[in-house]
Amino acid sequence: MTAANGLSGRAAIAGIGATEFSKESGRSELQLSVEAVQDALADCGLTVDDVDGLTTFTMDTSSEIAVARELGMKEMRFFSRINYGGGAACATVQQAAMAIATGVADVVVCYRGFNERSESRFGQFSVAAATQVNTNGLDNAWSYPMGLGTPAATVAMQATRYMYEYGATSEDFGRVAVADRRHAATNPHAFFYGRPITLEDHQSSRMIVDPLHLLDCCQESDGAVALVVVSAERAADLKQPPAYITAAAQGSGADQFVMTSYYRSDIGIPEMGVVGRELWRQSGLGPADMQMGILYDHFTPYVLMQLEELGFCGRGEAPGFVADGRIEVDGAFPLNTHGGQLGEAYIHGMNGIAEGVRQIRGTSVNPVAGVSHLVVTAGTGVPTSGLVLSA
Amino acid sequence: MTAGVIRPMVGRDSQFFWDGTAVGELRIQRCNACGALRFPPGPTCVECGKFDRGHVVAAGTGTVFSYVVHRYPPVPGKELPIVIALIDLDEGVRMVGEVVDVADTEIEIGMPLRVDYRRIDDDLTLPIWRLDTPRASATRRPEETR
Repeated sequence: MTAANGLSGRAAIAGIGATEFSKESGRSELQLSVEAVQDALADCGLTVDDVDGLTTFTMDTSSEIAVARELGMKEMRFFSRINYGGGAACATVQQAAMAIATGVADVVVCYRGFNERSESRFGQFSVAAATQVNTNGLDNAWSYPMGLGTPAATVAMQATRYMYEYGATSEDFGRVAVADRRHAATNPHAFFYGRPITLEDHQSSRMIVDPLHLLDCCQESDGAVALVVVSAERAADLKQPPAYITAAAQGSGADQFVMTSYYRSDIGIPEMGVVGRELWRQSGLGPADMQMGILYDHFTPYVLMQLEELGFCGRGEAPGFVADGRIEVDGAFPLNTHGGQLGEAYIHGMNGIAEGVRQIRGTSVNPVAGVSHLVVTAGTGVPTSGLVLSA
Repeated sequence: MTAGVIRPMVGRDSQFFWDGTAVGELRIQRCNACGALRFPPGPTCVECGKFDRGHVVAAGTGTVFSYVVHRYPPVPGKELPIVIALIDLDEGVRMVGEVVDVADTEIEIGMPLRVDYRRIDDDLTLPIWRLDTPRASATRRPEETR
């Protein structure tokens, strides 16, 4: 693969690992992360002694040094964390790829593990987010005291406006949930294995924050995922077919806030447009070159808005794009073939990257034929990130 | 301290706003150098880069840009459901506020609102919003405001 820039094609995801996905893991968040890292190393045939770097989310409660101690790593040459919640997911891989491309590290493992259902539930109103002593806490002073302080509520505010501007309906959002749950139904690792839903189920599920129904909202989950990143050359010699990192981008928009970017004239998620333009620039590819996507789905409306920001359709056209099963596994542009975070588990986007790798390898439970390139995104409504993975 | 209420983090750059609500004023940061308004406030004027800031007192009128009806999960200090809106103030800035005394089926984008104040205790007064009588500015469509 020729490099269109200094990063494209230089590194690959060689190993993927995970714990089971549950509602109560019964063990510490640190243990979950260490289990996932061990699993990912075994997957590609490397050992702890090969690893010289770790990356994770700023939000993760298990520091790199704690994970390194539990793994028995002797030394670490590179460690890094990315901020802004689930927006960090693909950026942990970008950090790893940049470290490898520059020779700063040879084998970097990206991890994320939490008891997000049995301990600190992200879906609840977060008093901690409103009282943090930093500019994020000061930013939240303009929404939380007024009663706007759950992820669903912050997204619902965007959804109401999107429906008003473009005529989108709740059924349009529901088609994302139906596709996710169809894919989860055939994935034994998914929490909602064997439990598909219909659009009628979506419509009759209770309202959480109008216009969002319960089935527009992702799960809360316990679990961990880890990804092993090495150079493209080294990946070719390991156990699994490499998933080459053809592009890896971060993005933040004008007048950016965390979940409450409400003060720019056209609200929406332009930060994902920043990610998309950089993915296409780095890779020399475009939306037409992607055979499928893994789009971050904590709430269904943002999946539609991402399709528009990434250039798969025009502004306001996503409701038509997702109609008629197009985003289902046998459709023209399948999304979230693991079941997404609505269906498989909410591991802050890291389980979606692992599914992207499985599709490149041809080992997904819902395989898409002839995947040579796919796009993966991280959390929306926040400064975010994305990847193009290639066979 | 009133139990169960989410209190805003207040810093040097935002104290003036909360001092305003305590005396029944909705204050918007205004650059003394170039006159630009800004909300949420910050130390800088993003138009001219100066740090010379004052404020104006808003008329307290605006229109609904977007809204939600929050039903679940519980919100500290609130009895659900509540209606929360993004309000385009007539001065041209936008803010989040709870809309009170409105039915959850009644609220619509474009509706005129007027500010009021809910005194929590000596340290905190929150701006809240109520439906206002129709005004010319409240009938704008999005294509006319962008």
